Amino acid sequence: MAPRRYNQAVQKYSIFSLARNALTGHRNWRAAWRSPEPRPAYDVVIIGGGGHGLATAYYLASVHGVANIAVLEKGWLGGGNTGRNTTIIRSNYLWDESAALYDHALKLWEGLSQELNYNVMFSQRGVLNLAHSESDLRELSRRVNANRLNGVDSEFLDAAQVAEYCPLIDCSPDRRYPVLGASLQRRGGVARHDAVAWGYARAADARGVDIIQNCTVTGILRDGGRVTGVETSRGVIKAKKIAISAAGHSSVIAAMAGIRLPIESHPLQALVSEPVKPVLDTVIMSNAVHAYISQSDKGEMVIGAGIDPYVSYSQRGGYDRIEQAVRAVVELIPSFSRLRMMRHWGGIVDICPDASPIIAKLPLEGLYFNGGWGTGGFKATPGAGHLFAHTIARDQPHWLNAPFTLERFSSGALIDEHGAAAVAH
Amino acid sequence: MRRQRFRLDTGGKIDRTRPLVFTFNGRRYGGYAGDTLASALLANGVHFIARGFKYHRPRGIMTAGVEEPNALVQHGVGARTDPNSRATTLALYEGLCAASQNCWPGLHFDIGALNGRLAALIPAGFYYKTFMRPARLWRVYEHFIRKAAGLGRAPGAPDPDRYAHRHAHCDVLVVGAGPAGLAAALAAGASGARVIVVDEQGEFGGALLNDGGGPVAIGDGPPAAFVAAALEALRGMAEVTLLPRCTAFGYYADNFVTLLERLDEDGPTGGNRQRLWQIRARQVVLATGALERPLVFPDNDRPGIMLAGAAQSYVNRYGVQPGARCVVFTNNDSAYAAALDMNRAGTAIEAIVDTRIEVEGEWPRLAREAGLPVFQGSVIVGTAGRRRVRAVTVQRLAGDGVAGSARRLICDCVAMSGGWNPSVHLFSQSRGALEFQAEAGIFVPGQAVQAVRAAGACNGAPSLADCLAEGGAAGHAAASDCGFAATAPTSPAVREPGHGAPATLWRVPVDRPRAFVDFQNDVTTQDLDLALREGYRSVEHVKRYTTTGMGTDQGKTANVNALANIAQTLGVEIPSLGVTTFRPPYTPVTFGAIAGRHVADQYDPVRQTPLHGWHEDRGAVFEDVGQWKRARYYPLDGETMRQAVDREGLAARSSVGILDYSTLGKIEICGPDAARFLNRVYTNGWTKLAVDRCRYGLMLGDDGMAMDDGVTLRLAEDRYLMTTTTGNAARVLNWLEEWLQTEWPELAVYCTSVTEQYATISLCGPKARAVLAIAAPDLALDAATLPHMALAEGVVAGVAARILRVSFTGEVGFEISVAADSALGVWRALMDAGAAHDITPYGTEAMHVLRAEKGYAIVGQETDGTMTPGDLGMDWIVNMTKGDFIGRRSLTRADTERSGRKQLVGLLTEDPDTVLAEGAQLVASAEPGPLPAAMSGHVTSSYHSANLGRSIALAMVRNGRARIGETLFAAMADRTIAAVITEPVFFDPKGERLHG
Amino acid sequence: MLCIPCPWCGARDVAEFHCGGEAHIARPADADRIGDEIWAEYLFMRANPKGLHHERWQHRQGCRRWFHVARDTQSDRILAVYRIGDAPPEGDPS
Repeated sequence: MAPRRYNQAVQKYSIFSLARNALTGHRNWRAAWRSPEPRPAYDVVIIGGGGHGLATAYYLASVHGVANIAVLEKGWLGGGNTGRNTTIIRSNYLWDESAALYDHALKLWEGLSQELNYNVMFSQRGVLNLAHSESDLRELSRRVNANRLNGVDSEFLDAAQVAEYCPLIDCSPDRRYPVLGASLQRRGGVARHDAVAWGYARAADARGVDIIQNCTVTGILRDGGRVTGVETSRGVIKAKKIAISAAGHSSVIAAMAGIRLPIESHPLQALVSEPVKPVLDTVIMSNAVHAYISQSDKGEMVIGAGIDPYVSYSQRGGYDRIEQAVRAVVELIPSFSRLRMMRHWGGIVDICPDASPIIAKLPLEGLYFNGGWGTGGFKATPGAGHLFAHTIARDQPHWLNAPFTLERFSSGALIDEHGAAAVAH
Repeated sequence: MRRQRFRLDTGGKIDRTRPLVFTFNGRRYGGYAGDTLASALLANGVHFIARGFKYHRPRGIMTAGVEEPNALVQHGVGARTDPNSRATTLALYEGLCAASQNCWPGLHFDIGALNGRLAALIPAGFYYKTFMRPARLWRVYEHFIRKAAGLGRAPGAPDPDRYAHRHAHCDVLVVGAGPAGLAAALAAGASGARVIVVDEQGEFGGALLNDGGGPVAIGDGPPAAFVAAALEALRGMAEVTLLPRCTAFGYYADNFVTLLERLDEDGPTGGNRQRLWQIRARQVVLATGALERPLVFPDNDRPGIMLAGAAQSYVNRYGVQPGARCVVFTNNDSAYAAALDMNRAGTAIEAIVDTRIEVEGEWPRLAREAGLPVFQGSVIVGTAGRRRVRAVTVQRLAGDGVAGSARRLICDCVAMSGGWNPSVHLFSQSRGALEFQAEAGIFVPGQAVQAVRAAGACNGAPSLADCLAEGGAAGHAAASDCGFAATAPTSPAVREPGHGAPATLWRVPVDRPRAFVDFQNDVTTQDLDLALREGYRSVEHVKRYTTTGMGTDQGKTANVNALANIAQTLGVEIPSLGVTTFRPPYTPVTFGAIAGRHVADQYDPVRQTPLHGWHEDRGAVFEDVGQWKRARYYPLDGETMRQAVDREGLAARSSVGILDYSTLGKIEICGPDAARFLNRVYTNGWTKLAVDRCRYGLMLGDDGMAMDDGVTLRLAEDRYLMTTTTGNAARVLNWLEEWLQTEWPELAVYCTSVTEQYATISLCGPKARAVLAIAAPDLALDAATLPHMALAEGVVAGVAARILRVSFTGEVGFEISVAADSALGVWRALMDAGAAHDITPYGTEAMHVLRAEKGYAIVGQETDGTMTPGDLGMDWIVNMTKGDFIGRRSLTRADTERSGRKQLVGLLTEDPDTVLAEGAQLVASAEPGPLPAAMSGHVTSSYHSANLGRSIALAMVRNGRARIGETLFAAMADRTIAAVITEPVFFDPKGERLHG
Repeated sequence: MLCIPCPWCGARDVAEFHCGGEAHIARPADADRIGDEIWAEYLFMRANPKGLHHERWQHRQGCRRWFHVARDTQSDRILAVYRIGDAPPEGDPS
């Protein structure tokens, strides 16, 4: 089928269009995306309008020329984990499969604003992973060496070099768990999370993707061994292919197709400080001290907490997680003690037993799944979307996501990245 | 220092007997105890104190409380500096020093003011549309964006102050001590319930503190008398705790509420600066009052434009005149009370501009009687003045816009009131639903989900009498629900002018710019309209795109106005948009207060063995193993680590080494089914282990991966002692309990942790037996009586001990376990006994080397949770025929059985002096090829072995056991190092030394 | 901060407990005869419902006993507590 014509009416964003529109009081900006009524049928229906789902729609349209795509979002687009994460982007994972997957994403980040013509404010300011014990150092060394040989930039810093690179961190040897060293991925950094959803939405919409918000999927229709469509709060929508990309509701949606997943959904919380002038220009992560922190372009310190250890869809967790995260930050950076917590919130993360995602075909013809990213989904957004689009369009995985199957839990070929996240699982 | 020109001669609750001097922007001013920084600045006629965040417009003091969006200052200097401090809540103290933020080089001449000129280019979300080309300049653009963002400056040094934590339970928590809160507290307290009353202000009374001695009376006296009497009564109740200066900031599940108490309002004390309370309340009464909202009109942000209630507060509570000529702008009756109080204090009220056509209430009547001009059905359509408002323009409302001639009023102060938003933040945090009342345009608490009631202004109560009645009823009911019955309270009679109906006006209907909705983040109605025009139509999208409501004030004065304006533009009803979620904290909370004392040396408990002091005295260098401090090596006389470890390793194989093994986990496993239990938990068989013998065991997860290992002893028919690795002791005990209680409750087995009850001392080496014999002369230690892997009980150095003949080094070894508090004496005795035998204490580092020489894997070093027994070359310990054990089925899965898995092997570098790095990755070729390079495995342990006179290493290599003799290369950043794959044992491969 | 009602110690703060995940997952009796997929069902697959969830908890910092909880995972409200070995209470007790 011929691809939907690129919508030439879309305005290009640039300093020139900004200046031109300033002259007319900005009254001539057009909507970044339409709010169309759902059509009765599509070639592909993507369930979930977060960063991953929207990116998938974009690549399906732009790379694979698929027309007739709908993204169904039960709330407002980007309102799930995409709008709640701590925006850290890196690819320095241990296993070959993971490093390749996340670095594929990182390469797409490097140029994403230009490709989408939407500034997602991707800032490659470096990611530090700290080591606080001999066993930390061993694991760090193993990972840094593997990264390097996998073509992922990764350097080892000793304590003195960490102190020089980021003087805010207290590297003195008499702290309870002194910093002994760190890995540094200079190409890692952060981005503006909402902008990623909005940028992909606008670009997908420009290529004819229908983004249907306030549309809850309530059932998946089957005919024998294949899917035929979805039941939604806005009616039945037929589809040749259905792609599930709904972090926080993976099991709920999969259950509509009678499929069980190895996923548990847990609360994950984060917090920001009041905005202050720039003092922290890198990202700091620590497994041992359970902290991760960066300073946003708005000046707020963005701090991530650990998951709450029980299944919950409430998007709320215990105050104790917030206390632990703040305590860890104050321990690492004592001068931050006087900053103030301005707001904390939560999301729902889908945890897989090996802390690695599932991007695969499901055992129903025409049904595809992208999820189980746990605490690491945001950094993978462009890569996940790109690879999921490939999997859907070609009806088979790309070699980069081929290992991330549902079947690996039966065969035992897990990709255990528990050491990777600085978040207690 | 000038006198305070705008301080009223009398009145206010400030203490005029305690004058204070403070500094603002380098200038000294006078104030009084009881002032806030804001009231003191206003008393000195200082209105222009800040620059707006984006446009850098001059800003002043808009409120008198926590909802302040503009008057943020950098408070204090050096390590105690506090960015973003609200002048309106900063209690004045002698020597207070504050300065404006986010302006350079100074407040009055600020380069950032150029942004105001560029306003058209920088509407909401402009940065998403630009800064993309050229791509390589993004870092430069970002640098300037970051410099422009942020408000105050973070301190550059560690926080010298300390913070405390406290936990408390109570029957009734009353949040807010205004009229409703005091009434609730009195009712609940009178019943005998345990009550905690908190209020964010330093003084109780809430809105009653702003009373100006006007027509409002409670009982027969002024509101102040009611407050004083209530406090006296509450102080007399033994079960009531009063916490002023204490903000309830978070409401969590099951009535868990967090409070922040300020302890430094008189300046830094050297003691605790703040105290964070964690409260579990059986019932909560929220009496959190209401916050006034501004009106939205063009140029509504100039210094001198403030909320009417704030103006009233400055007059009545602080004895300050907010201006000489004031225009009041309102859509409801409460501003009339403010106008009357200002007028009484000497401010000329130029006009009361009321949006309502019909203005019939008692307050307006009183105002007219006082001669104050009232313009009905009118609005302010614009203001003038750069650093202070100096005039407003007024027109009549007509249809959807304005009409008639524009009238200019000269003034230096505007007191505006758009109505009062009930403070429903905590109620919403408790997950209670909110309902919208269209007439007043307010959200009020609806259905509660937890044991909480709302009372008073926060519940939408329209009058003071209602507040008192609701509060009393709520307090009584809450206490009742806790089982404290009492007679229902009676509310005092209240005399107050009636309130007429308010009318909502969400924006003045003129199409002009700079009508601010969010004053802190510089969001105007045009920004909201732009967001909607661009398709960001859900409330959350508008909020995130424009950043409205996302400042340090978290939208206290902005959120409802923003929501209403969005609804109006979209042409829908407000409730259909939903409400953006209220998130904790209610007001910002210092990180240090959240951390409390649990930082620095109290960050995590330190676990030490009973021998720790001895190791310290001996100059040991320690390493962290989990929470434990373990001696890593004992350098003598300026030795390097390498020299010490070499010496210790040589001694262990040539004479005798002594090691503190106390940190290993020890779990007693008792009961008739103990052996059956061990059979299920370990991979090998246990039913045939004799009493007084021990056996090495390997434990797998149910996924078949090595989880922990250790030696388990049989002490008696039904009593075993399991040892675990140091790091996994708690985890293994939890594991055992889980299986026993949830899967195999039919087994009669009991587990008890005895890790800390016993200390364990290890002796190893050719002289070990001889040394032990000196300290334990009555024990038979010969190889026949006490063979390898046997145990005996006896007396060592006069202390009852268990001696286990076991070895992790490959030398003849004895582990002596004694009660922990006897350990030091036994250790010393052994050291004495070994003096003639060159006894050498050795640490974890030498131990690692010695065991590596023998090829013994260490869980957590060789293993990483993904290795099976087969991978470790330990198929010999897996008994697949004894029956089911944890992990058994997983060993026969497709991936677990395949070839090509990584296997434990040894590595010997071609250059014997080169020690490989642990964690080095191994490749097949010496020449670096194209990346990604295929990796054959990684180095898990690597040391210089003094006993072998060369380096050794253990590694996990794909198909390693089939590749013995092959050469691999450790690929370092700058070179590759060749090493040959060997069997994973380097010393005494037949194990002959063990059986001596 | 959830309160978990330990059947022996009473309502205690969630920080004192360890959550052991979904309950009533029967360990296959004759694991040798089942395929890898069925074994994976036991090891890894979970219902993970948005709604009524039967789960296992341990009062780890207290009496260290395990018990079952029926909880609504959307509201986090605990509906019932029952002992190991007991069946879930009949119906939805909310």
